[in-house]
Amino acid sequence: MVRQIQIPISDEDARLLRSGDYVYLTGTIFTARDAAHKRMEETLNRGESLPIELAKNGIYYMGPSPAKEGFIIGSAGPTTSSRMDKYTPRLLDLGLKVMIGKGKRSPEVVEAIIRNEAVYFAAVGGAGALLSKKIISSEVIAYDDLGTEAIHKLEVKDFPVVVVIDSKGNNLYETAVLEYKGI
Amino acid sequence: MRIIDTGEIIKHISEMCIEANHFLSEDMKEVFHKAVASEKSPLGKQVLNQLEENLSIAGNDKIPICQDTGMAVVFISLGQEVYIKGGSLEEAIHEGVRKGYREGYLRKSVVKDPIDRQNTNDNTPAVIHYEIVPGEELKITVAPKGFGSENMSRIFMLKPADGIEGVKQAVLTAVRDAGPNACPPMVVGVGVGGTFEKCALMAKKALTRDINEKSKVPYIHQLEEELLYEINGLGIGPGGLGGTVTAFGVNIETYPTHIAGLPVAVNLCCHVNRHVSRTI
Repeated sequence: MVRQIQIPISDEDARLLRSGDYVYLTGTIFTARDAAHKRMEETLNRGESLPIELAKNGIYYMGPSPAKEGFIIGSAGPTTSSRMDKYTPRLLDLGLKVMIGKGKRSPEVVEAIIRNEAVYFAAVGGAGALLSKKIISSEVIAYDDLGTEAIHKLEVKDFPVVVVIDSKGNNLYETAVLEYKGI
Repeated sequence: MRIIDTGEIIKHISEMCIEANHFLSEDMKEVFHKAVASEKSPLGKQVLNQLEENLSIAGNDKIPICQDTGMAVVFISLGQEVYIKGGSLEEAIHEGVRKGYREGYLRKSVVKDPIDRQNTNDNTPAVIHYEIVPGEELKITVAPKGFGSENMSRIFMLKPADGIEGVKQAVLTAVRDAGPNACPPMVVGVGVGGTFEKCALMAKKALTRDINEKSKVPYIHQLEEELLYEINGLGIGPGGLGGTVTAFGVNIETYPTHIAGLPVAVNLCCHVNRHVSRTI
């Protein structure tokens, strides 16, 4: 099913999206990858508050290439999500609703997705030039010293993603592979 | 004897870093095109179409094909009758990478220490492999390597008794475990034989081979074809979202090995299999 979804996402949308849905996202998302996740974890361990609001929001696992003059951002495709698995269940329990990346997630992350009725989307890995065209503004809002790994606030319009793991725990990576195995 | 100035080497390497990150070689474009026609999954076809559109945006607007513009792997084949003038060859290679990544707006993805992890901010050092050959030419290959697929690469120290079936299972295991993480459709580089490090290097080098060029050893050529067929039967598909095109090609390199061993290295590369070669 093809759907247009606003982000920050409503609880209803997050709950009702289904594994395999093709979705165009419009709204605000935040980027964070390895180094930013580590720093967020350390911030939480000190009992301090995070630089981004998690409730109803989404994190895009992405570190862009530098923007040329006159461009909003450089190449901007997803990185491998599993490197963030160690940090993810805690963020989901704090209200994070959407993750955009590529690749498999750990059983702990899948459980946390179900527990919090969240959703995991895949963007197409290696389509960074195309995806950069769906980003209409980009601003570094935290951890500036991390360079490409800083937290960016992005406005996206019709950003193409596929639901891989839905709020019931259905997993497209597992089901789709079985469908085409041995063909 | 022939004299080559380090300034010339810096200029070439810088241009090659930029070229490799914006344009795929003709052989890769060709297999992309064929894959769109053969893919059976509608979603898989859609992913492949997006990737083809991505390639044309990258080339036209000069935006890197992928944001992971890689760690620069540089193969140097240096004729033994060449004299390098103007300083250290190694420093010239790093300087070429530094210049290319700065001027090409490529991502700086290298950290100085694997544990401390401070970014070097200029994408150096490169990883350099030297080979001394007869003659008076200098051949340079620049292959920026992304880490989504690098992280899924494997080495298997098999037993001689495992034989060709063992090699096959090792490759299939690496690809199956990588699944969506390695950004399929992949190119699969395989090294068989040699020692621990030799087979890893052969697997890396195999990725720089033209995708249509097959092994000259008949039974290895057959193994390449069988593996490609079986990999595409795994069902992983473009983006790992299911489908019949999981790999574009399997390139295998072999080398003599020890009576007690059968090393197999599988270096996976995403569909953005970047490599540019020039001979000076």
